[in-house]
Amino acid sequence: MKIVLTLVGMALVTIAPRVLPLLLLSTRKLPGWLRTWLEYIPVAVLAAMLLPALMTMDGSINLASDNMFLWISIPCFVVAWRTRSLLGTVGTGLLLVMAARWLGW
Amino acid sequence: MPEIHRNIEAKHGHPVLKGMEMALPVVLGYLTVGFAYGMLARNAGLSLLQSGLMSLIVYAGSAQLISVGLFAAGVPPLSIILTTFIVNIRHLLMSAALAPYFEQWRTMEKVAFGLELTDETFALHSSSFSMGMPAKATVFAVNITSQAAWIAGSLLGAVLSGQVADISTFGLDFALPAMFIALLVVQIKDYRHIVVAVTAGLLAVLLYVNGIDQWHVLMAASLAAGLGVLLWQPVQE
Repeated sequence: MKIVLTLVGMALVTIAPRVLPLLLLSTRKLPGWLRTWLEYIPVAVLAAMLLPALMTMDGSINLASDNMFLWISIPCFVVAWRTRSLLGTVGTGLLLVMAARWLGW
Repeated sequence: MPEIHRNIEAKHGHPVLKGMEMALPVVLGYLTVGFAYGMLARNAGLSLLQSGLMSLIVYAGSAQLISVGLFAAGVPPLSIILTTFIVNIRHLLMSAALAPYFEQWRTMEKVAFGLELTDETFALHSSSFSMGMPAKATVFAVNITSQAAWIAGSLLGAVLSGQVADISTFGLDFALPAMFIALLVVQIKDYRHIVVAVTAGLLAVLLYVNGIDQWHVLMAASLAAGLGVLLWQPVQE
């Protein structure tokens, strides 16, 4: 029971930040600077989630050759830029990681 | 622009099928990460039902993986709940960024959408909405398909816990980073987006390696977007 109550608490604190801005901001006229700020948020959030995943290993920056994800991300960026295809980019990444591991990277 | 639209979304078909197709990369990632979560949850002492319940009502990848570690360490409930809150507070930004698209939606629909807003569904929706609002059925199909994959992965992992399989064999642990790459690239409209994205990314790395590994996304993204406002007040119009 204690575990289930903990889970309910976890759900409530997760739901609030997901739902409240949507309810409070969607029908309000926002000032211009805030709208501009919100327009920059998607690229900023995506980059802030992505770069630590590519540039760090075990909690520290690693730009060396053993950071496989970093080096494989480069052809993925190229494919994404040239094709603008989501599945094409993901497919390229999966194939390259699979091949790299098979070759012992 | 129509070119981008065509590739990010499905080319044709029923709006629900379109949403399911859009969610495919998320499904690959969620099945595998969910599987890992399920195995760890059982090892931490959660029952099969509790492991699945967390994926149903909390539905937050990194928070769930962290909480499982805390459950295993016998950390008190309040502390687990507070940690979950800190880990998930970044969704404030994502919910706020999408809010302007929901002016016409009913309250219950907004709530239903927000419940299934994750890093990955945010990434899909933010690029898709910016190219024109899709049908509601498509939007919800993306969300429901994604969470279904998360729950399925969790349950599979919880059931097969102990009979470990190595998910890295198929490169699937790279599915979500690769998806973020594609969705970031298609949202870069001009040099201002590049400046904001690079600033946010490098700032996040710096915060992360200096021990701020829960607040880094929220802080880095807010500051970098703020820089964008300071440098170039009106984005367009």
